[in-house]
Amino acid sequence: MSTTSAAPKHARPSGSGVEPILSVEDLQMYFPVKSRGVIRRTIGHVQAVDGVSFEVPKGGSLGLVGESGCGKSTTGRLITRLYKPTGGSIGFEGEDIAGFSPRQLMPLRREIQMIFQDPATSLNPRHTVGQIIGAPLVIHKITGKDGVMPRVKELLEIVGLNPEHVNRYPHEFSGGQRQRIGIARALTLQPKLLVADEPVSALDVSIQAQVINLLQDLQREFDIAFLFIAHDLAIVRHFCPEIAVMYLGKIVEVADRESLYTRPLHPYTQALLSAVPDVRQAAVGGRRERIRLQGDVPSPINPPSGCRFRTRCPIAKDVCAKVEPPLMQVGPRHKVACHFAGELGHHPAVPVTGIDVEGAATGGTVVESAGPGFEDTWLDLSTGQRTGA
Amino acid sequence: MSSSTPTLAQGVGTGAGASGTPFLSVRDLKVHFPTPDGVVKATDGLSFGLERGRTLGIVGESGSGKSVSSSTILGLHRGSRAMVSGEILLDGTDLLSLSDEEMRLRRGREVSMIFQDPLSAMHPYYTVGNQIAEAYRVHNDVNRKQARARAIEMLDRVGIPQPDRRVDDYPHQYSGGMRQRAMIAMGLINDPGLLIADEPTTALDVTVQAQILDLLQDLQKEFNSAIVIITHDLGVVAEMADEVLVMYAGRCVEYGPTKQILTNPEMPYTWGLLSSVPDVTGDTDARLVPIPGNPPSLLNPPTGCAFHPRCTYRDKVPGSLCTTDLPELTPAKSGGFHVRRCHLPDPAAVYAEEVVPEMQADMTGEPIEETEK
Repeated sequence: MSTTSAAPKHARPSGSGVEPILSVEDLQMYFPVKSRGVIRRTIGHVQAVDGVSFEVPKGGSLGLVGESGCGKSTTGRLITRLYKPTGGSIGFEGEDIAGFSPRQLMPLRREIQMIFQDPATSLNPRHTVGQIIGAPLVIHKITGKDGVMPRVKELLEIVGLNPEHVNRYPHEFSGGQRQRIGIARALTLQPKLLVADEPVSALDVSIQAQVINLLQDLQREFDIAFLFIAHDLAIVRHFCPEIAVMYLGKIVEVADRESLYTRPLHPYTQALLSAVPDVRQAAVGGRRERIRLQGDVPSPINPPSGCRFRTRCPIAKDVCAKVEPPLMQVGPRHKVACHFAGELGHHPAVPVTGIDVEGAATGGTVVESAGPGFEDTWLDLSTGQRTGA
Repeated sequence: MSSSTPTLAQGVGTGAGASGTPFLSVRDLKVHFPTPDGVVKATDGLSFGLERGRTLGIVGESGSGKSVSSSTILGLHRGSRAMVSGEILLDGTDLLSLSDEEMRLRRGREVSMIFQDPLSAMHPYYTVGNQIAEAYRVHNDVNRKQARARAIEMLDRVGIPQPDRRVDDYPHQYSGGMRQRAMIAMGLINDPGLLIADEPTTALDVTVQAQILDLLQDLQKEFNSAIVIITHDLGVVAEMADEVLVMYAGRCVEYGPTKQILTNPEMPYTWGLLSSVPDVTGDTDARLVPIPGNPPSLLNPPTGCAFHPRCTYRDKVPGSLCTTDLPELTPAKSGGFHVRRCHLPDPAAVYAEEVVPEMQADMTGEPIEETEK
């Protein structure tokens, strides 16, 4: 498509034209809340993930950012099928894996692997590094007994550790090295999709850069797709060409990094970006101007009606409590879920979603949520008409 | 090797010239822990000064001794096996020479601390209100009712909604940001002159972090306290601190006004810290420039400059000076009280000629010559 020409020198076109390896549609995960007592009735649900749709291109990466409790880790665990989703579909290479049984999932485990946040707790302290990294080979009966050690040593070398350390235990390694062991374990079965859940947030700054560089090298070398979950906006921007922002179980904005970081349209994204402390502020002195969000994220057991961000939103109006804004496409690779989507300081006065301030349809077309991917035409926010590339 | 370091008697920062000793003055502080494997020199000859109403940021990796130094100021290593030497002058009194009872009177009243993880720093069995009121009752002759009223007042001041009801909640009923606010209320209830904040926002989300930093700055203006903020986030330092102290392997490697440290750093470790963090506006195709290797063990630190095994500029130093001699803290080119510990003959020039172009390529994404078009 013509839009890819704008992105100059990405090694790989970030999406259009590239087939998605993962296509998630309307994914839901409700955790039951039980009452106290002998008969534990279900008295409510934590709506951890509620209607999330996105795509990860083959060999590409999608970043997932948001505050703690917004459901980004749950999304990651749903995709690796550590949880069984309450609703929705997870299309992996054209197959819906949302309802797979454990037996059906077995071969799939080779394709989708996960890197965990805390390397200290995700490695078994009683197993040697060789046992940890070799375990997937044994479980999936990939090689005979003789084949395990050579492959483990090869993997150690790939992630930059000394192959002679196969017989050491995790506690003998530093934090950064342990994270490399976790990465080696995830690579053992040559997966096509890696879910990285905060892979560097437990590491020191100087080590973070080493691990990020390693992940980028591995992605290039083995053509692995990444779902990169993190709360550090700068790191996500560095790693992922496309980023989804989550708030309270829903995606509020998805865009290529250029649009998201220079022209965010959702008030939550704008607040989030303005809250990041900036090193270059030192030259100016004092604090940066920024949007102050009041209070905390509401409880996902009883989320606000309509738009979930309205309780903290600086531009919320009555309609936001009545009608939930759809996730609409507003640019070649940009989707946003807000009635008053617009650049900072230029939010429109009337809803752009085709309804009036009372929540009734205005007669024009009411905008509906887009599917997981991007389409060729989109809603132009300045004209209110659908346009194409 | 380490005994040759008592430098920098002049190493006190702001206002030292005017009134002699600043409000807080730490001189040649050493905290050593004897272990079966040898002596761990967690802090080895640290000196700095801080005036009331100003903020010092201490930056460094885990294990660089930043937390140990600050908990020593609070007197938390008394009675342990730690060997502490040097001087910590707070408002003219040497905290290290005080008896336990005298220190107890000052702790919480003149110096207090905010910890990184408020969930583990608060007692789960007592209500938040009880814990805050206790801090007040220890130092003031008041009854329960008055202390409770004061606790509610403080909770209100730090922005807890419905403080008269939330005062009876337990810590687990608070969210992360609210717990940190309650910790701040506890720390400030006696209006201490010095507040030490040990990674106060590391466990929090960015939006909450911004709220807490705002709060700390407002309270500092109101109470005119000195704040020592320990963090590894250079962005937080840039927005909060007036002065910065960069620590590496138990020693100060660079110290000076924030603006100079972050715009004209003169120590390769500081360069490494600055270039290894991606920027929200930087070029995404550029690779990050990490600091190679791992932080050293404090049991057996490298000889000479502790940073030399990871330093990529040591071939610019004549001979093997880096591996044999510990560099002294010497005044930097940018003047002021900016000092750094490096053997490079002219680090400012190296920074301008080599490090900045590399980082600029990182910022704009274009090679320098292409930016003209």
